Amino acid sequence: MSLLLRHRELALGLIIAAMVAGIGLYAPAFISAANIATVLNDTSILFMLVLAQMIVILTRGIDLSVAANLALSGMISASLAQHFPHLPVIAYIATGVAVGLALGLFNGGLIAGVGIPPIVVTLGTLAIFRGLIVVYGGGSQVNASEMGDVFQNFPNLTVLGLDAVFWIAAPLAIAFALFLNFTRTGRNFYALGGNPLAARYCGINIGRQLLLAYLVSGAVSGLCGYLWVARYGVAYSEIASGYELTVIAACVIGGVSIAGGVGTVPGALLGALFLGVIVNALPVMQVTPFWQMAISGAVILAAVVVNARVERRGGKLILPEARRSAGAAK
Amino acid sequence: MSERARFEIADQPPWRMSDFLLRWETVLFALLVVVIIGDTFLSPYFLDIDNLSDATANFSEKAIIALGMALLILVREIDLSVAAIIALCSLAMGLAAQAGAGAASLVVIGLAVGAVCGAFNGVLVARLGLPSIVVTIGTMSLFRGIAQVVLGDQAISEYPPQFESLGQDYFIKWPPLHLSFLLFVIFAIVFALALHRTAGGRKLYAIGANPIAARFSGIPVDRIKLGLFVLTGVLSGIAAVLLTARVGSTRPNIALGWELEVVTMVILGGVSIAGGSGTIPGVVIAVFVLGLVTFGLSLINVPGIVISVILGFLLIGSITLPILGRKFVTSLRSRREA
Repeated sequence: MSLLLRHRELALGLIIAAMVAGIGLYAPAFISAANIATVLNDTSILFMLVLAQMIVILTRGIDLSVAANLALSGMISASLAQHFPHLPVIAYIATGVAVGLALGLFNGGLIAGVGIPPIVVTLGTLAIFRGLIVVYGGGSQVNASEMGDVFQNFPNLTVLGLDAVFWIAAPLAIAFALFLNFTRTGRNFYALGGNPLAARYCGINIGRQLLLAYLVSGAVSGLCGYLWVARYGVAYSEIASGYELTVIAACVIGGVSIAGGVGTVPGALLGALFLGVIVNALPVMQVTPFWQMAISGAVILAAVVVNARVERRGGKLILPEARRSAGAAK
Repeated sequence: MSERARFEIADQPPWRMSDFLLRWETVLFALLVVVIIGDTFLSPYFLDIDNLSDATANFSEKAIIALGMALLILVREIDLSVAAIIALCSLAMGLAAQAGAGAASLVVIGLAVGAVCGAFNGVLVARLGLPSIVVTIGTMSLFRGIAQVVLGDQAISEYPPQFESLGQDYFIKWPPLHLSFLLFVIFAIVFALALHRTAGGRKLYAIGANPIAARFSGIPVDRIKLGLFVLTGVLSGIAAVLLTARVGSTRPNIALGWELEVVTMVILGGVSIAGGSGTIPGVVIAVFVLGLVTFGLSLINVPGIVISVILGFLLIGSITLPILGRKFVTSLRSRREA
């Protein structure tokens, strides 16, 4: 049991497996390869957003503007496709990423440069980005028929039964894991979140690190903006409304500590997968989608209680070991 | 020892014009004056007592919650579930109204559900020591989720007329005042006195500045935090009563997104998200700034979502500029002294 609590990714993985198995007993179609692929495809955007949010939360920050950023980047990318439907798809993706990056720069500049608390800045930009969609598009929406085939077909390209959106998320996740575990800049995020003052004295450039976190968050939101709009075939001001809270919830379920400095890529991905499985299981279980919100709320509360237990236990474990090694040294 | 030194208080810096001018409340008040003058020029209908009175109905419910939220943020906590509490309170009142409850019992039910929701948050945060931002994101989904499960895509709108008049009619005929605005003013005065003129109020600042030191100096930090969550829950219950009465129906998306507007009011009011600083007068001025900007712009037919862009810039700008201003003044001062 304590092994499971210490390796929470393992525990969470087992819980998800048990959940999938339980749903499978009730509705065997749920554990077919095709349906599992559907779950992974549907959750891919969440996978990416959760990883980006995790970097921000590692630095003791929060980015509430991700969903608004996604909607604005997606809108601009879609309107490019509306006016120039025959560009190569990379142009639409690059537009989404570039817009997202610029919005991330705005957040990061205010947070890292001026020193305004992240929750304040992103609360403001959440309203600004969403409103700018209406200012930009004059309140109109871009429909699937206006986007052109190049724009729309790409996210649904299927390779090995999985959509392109998954094949973007998977390498991105591996890149995040390598970056956070094996590069100095990546480790600096943990150092900064664990103890900002100590990190400063170690010579870590806090401002640069913070700016980078919000740039990453912005760029990933922009990428997801294109993918979301192309996948669901509509761009308007309300897409992904409130999705920032789902992203943060997935982080919390995945064991990312809101206090900063704690969180792993596999944990965050499993947190997202957990929510993805629930969303996809409800219709299979013939539960009305109205339950989804209440269930995810209850899961968040359960996860945060478990997280607190694990973190407290971790603190107590360090001391006897330190004492033992000190005793051995004598 | 000179005569002057005896009267000098060691911990109080000398009065400086620039300090006063850079005080948050002064900046905000100047902003409010600008907003009022701007609105007057923008629309001839702005300075009309009936219009202004109706404008207050649109922000008073949020403003009532903002008073409780200000105290929570002051002690380094936050409650993002306030709008979801409104949904749950409204649901409870709706079910009671369908069962034939009268206006008075509806009000009691609304307040009681708010108190229970607040206590639920408070126990998780104060007793179990969990971070309030995560707990209240969770309860936000949970509370609104329950309302959604029960209501589905239906609405409840069978409220007794006496109950609806609480939100729809003027409580005082002249000057025309809505009950919500009257309650906000009364609560603001009570909160300001309690926070700035009592020992209990000082304790909140102590907790916000350093919770551990506050605990060691004998302040019951956890009990006070629990109390503040219950208080915010009750205020959300009051807002739920007023809002449900005003719109006359309960839908699962009632008051959707209000938590962010309430937090915006508090932060614009100068309450530091890091805890330990902020004033009730600041929050009250911010409430009027936000309310009157929204009202003025909607008078000249600016769409709501464009107003939210302007409010977003207002929030960020009004926090950025004083910080930059302070940096500028400090650099001027140090240059002068060097």
